[in-house]
Amino acid sequence: MTDRSALSREPAGASLPARLVERLWDGLIALVDAPLAALQRLVGAERMAYFFLAPNLIFFGLFVFVPIGICIVYSVTGGAGIFPFARPYVGAQHYATLADCGSYLDPHSCQADHFWRGVRNTLIFSAFQLVAMVGVSLFTALALNRDIRARGFFRAAFFFPVLLSPVVVALIWKWILQRDGLLNAAITASGGQKILFFVEPGWAMFWAVFVSVWAHMGFYTLILLAGLQAIPRDIYEAAEMDGTKPLRVLTRLTLPLLWPNLLVVLVLVLIRAVQTFDEVFVLTGGGPGTATLMVVQFIYETAFANQTQNFGLASAASILLGGLLFVLTLLQLALARRKAA
Amino acid sequence: MKRRSLLVGAVFAAVMSAVPALAQTTLRFTWYSDGVEGEVMQDLLKRFEAKNPDVKVVLDTVPFKAINENLPVQLAAGQGPDLARVVDLGGVSPFMLDLRPHLKDAAYWTDNFGPFLAWMRQPGDAASIPGYMTQLTVTGPLVNKTLFEQAGVALPGPKATWEDWAKAAKAVADKVKAPYPLAIDRSGHRFYALALSYGAKMVGADGKAAPVDEGFRRAATLVADWHKSGVMSKELWGSVSGTAYRGANEEFKNAQVPVYYSGSWQIAQFDKTIGDAFDWIAAPNPCGTAHCTGMPGGAAVVAIKTTRHPKEVARLMEYLTSEDVLSEFYARSLFVPGHLGIAKKGVAYKDAKPAAAAALKVFGDQVAAVSPSAYEAQGYVFNRIIFNATISRLGQAIAGEGTLDEAFARIAADVTQQIAERQKK
Repeated sequence: MTDRSALSREPAGASLPARLVERLWDGLIALVDAPLAALQRLVGAERMAYFFLAPNLIFFGLFVFVPIGICIVYSVTGGAGIFPFARPYVGAQHYATLADCGSYLDPHSCQADHFWRGVRNTLIFSAFQLVAMVGVSLFTALALNRDIRARGFFRAAFFFPVLLSPVVVALIWKWILQRDGLLNAAITASGGQKILFFVEPGWAMFWAVFVSVWAHMGFYTLILLAGLQAIPRDIYEAAEMDGTKPLRVLTRLTLPLLWPNLLVVLVLVLIRAVQTFDEVFVLTGGGPGTATLMVVQFIYETAFANQTQNFGLASAASILLGGLLFVLTLLQLALARRKAA
Repeated sequence: MKRRSLLVGAVFAAVMSAVPALAQTTLRFTWYSDGVEGEVMQDLLKRFEAKNPDVKVVLDTVPFKAINENLPVQLAAGQGPDLARVVDLGGVSPFMLDLRPHLKDAAYWTDNFGPFLAWMRQPGDAASIPGYMTQLTVTGPLVNKTLFEQAGVALPGPKATWEDWAKAAKAVADKVKAPYPLAIDRSGHRFYALALSYGAKMVGADGKAAPVDEGFRRAATLVADWHKSGVMSKELWGSVSGTAYRGANEEFKNAQVPVYYSGSWQIAQFDKTIGDAFDWIAAPNPCGTAHCTGMPGGAAVVAIKTTRHPKEVARLMEYLTSEDVLSEFYARSLFVPGHLGIAKKGVAYKDAKPAAAAALKVFGDQVAAVSPSAYEAQGYVFNRIIFNATISRLGQAIAGEGTLDEAFARIAADVTQQIAERQKK
């Protein structure tokens, strides 16, 4: 199966520790080689791929597919029991509860009004976040791609918030935005009135989007920066020689060539926005009222925060959300394939 | 040499024979803390372990939220601890162990914890003994006396109404520029003190949940109106969604709240953190048209029925409930006693500052003033469903999402739906 002599890279005159390491390596290869060679003879070379995929598949199945299966079982059973066998079968009752609406555009007419408020808020949040995140990330990537002073520092500075836990991010901003926070101190110091950011629905949604963009833009900037650096320099040099204006360079050269990366960013941002929970939950608690209540918070509260832990209804909502994410993931895969082609 | 070998052999044999005697039973004890009671309990457990070397007790301190949200899941999955400190007594009652077969003197428990044991029992059960109260709490107003003095506003008297308190709080706040005139915890439990004072019942004559009645409507209307008129700030009730709890502890400690409606469990914390910054007092519960009542409540340590060591759990519980140990716990934690015998004798709060000692006296007196309907509401097995639906929907109305009538309809629907879901077999 393996040419052991080829793997032995012991150079002449190598030091004793290096030689020992090489020997150890050869020994390990020999140990693995024999049983794998026997297995390959038994199953054939084509099927060996399954053997190498098996550990990951088992792990993935255990922690992803089994929970999805359990979630489906929960969504068609009722009661407060935790074990599936202790829960009565209710069919599509939970799905019917979620779908029972006078008008889907008016959450108030729905039986599960909080779910639909969550859907509406998630859509609003996603739309604003998508535009803001892509716009800010693109602008930052373009700026960081230029030959500016302290470029390395700025690249690190913009990426730094990505390293922070979402809960920490939300707590920092909560401290800044509260009644006696840093921002209100600055406003009052400059002669203004305190603003209760978490009492006004518009402000609460604005800050939810802002904080999310602040925390994650570094990651998307990095993707776009990689795309920008992959664009050949000579195209820009040719444009410069032709006397093309900067705005035209951006719209006719940079953006079209960056489009594959932009598409990936668009889909990733959208998926993440739909899944949003931790930052917004810690920052606004879903309020004021239900102005920033997202679908995932509805699922969490339905499953855990009430005395009746309604795992059935929460699971049905999770399955619907999972379906939406599945569609978005397919979109991402299709776009990625198109990019590769 | 031979003699030495024999000696070593004898010592080895002695050690090996002693091993079974030293084998320990480990008890897992899930706990949360509001103030200093965790440290006190840790100290008491050390003493228990010294007296009972065969038992080791691991105190797992978790956030309060985990007691209501994570522990029930653990218990339902059969993965719970041996004993736990809980507050949702009705909700956790299906998982509690009846300690009677393992207790030396069950009468001691019924004599001293009798009225509170009913809170820990399931409907139809009139005899089990699952645990004891680590504290009896009662809700009530905490008042920043210094702010009242600075504003030159007289403190409302013992029979003052909720409206009187609201008016006084607003007058003080306007004079001293305090942002939160009257703060009430965003909690259904605290709201029910107001509702019961105006005649709410929670449970109908048929024993079923009847959350929205005239008293409830009156109280909800008052709270909504107070938000509109600036007596209450939207930052507590209107700024978050769903069942989230919001207190005004920090705001009270920072002298931003003239009147804070919370409860006796805040005393230890305020005693420690306010110090001499300002004078604060506990006042008797404001009156409504029906009562001048607070909501009783508290936390209980209960045995969990999946424990594999019921005898050791009972032994630990007997130690913790012995009069001297429990008296010390109440005294050092600054808790209103949930043990009738100790309450009758009185607790000497030696470590309390004068303000805390006076507040404890007020709250202790308030226990006697709690209305029977309040005890009934606290003992109702589905009370947390009603509490949660109340704050969730009332919070929406306060934030401007719909009218009060719509909120009332939603509360009734939420409660019916959740109770039906819980009873599905």
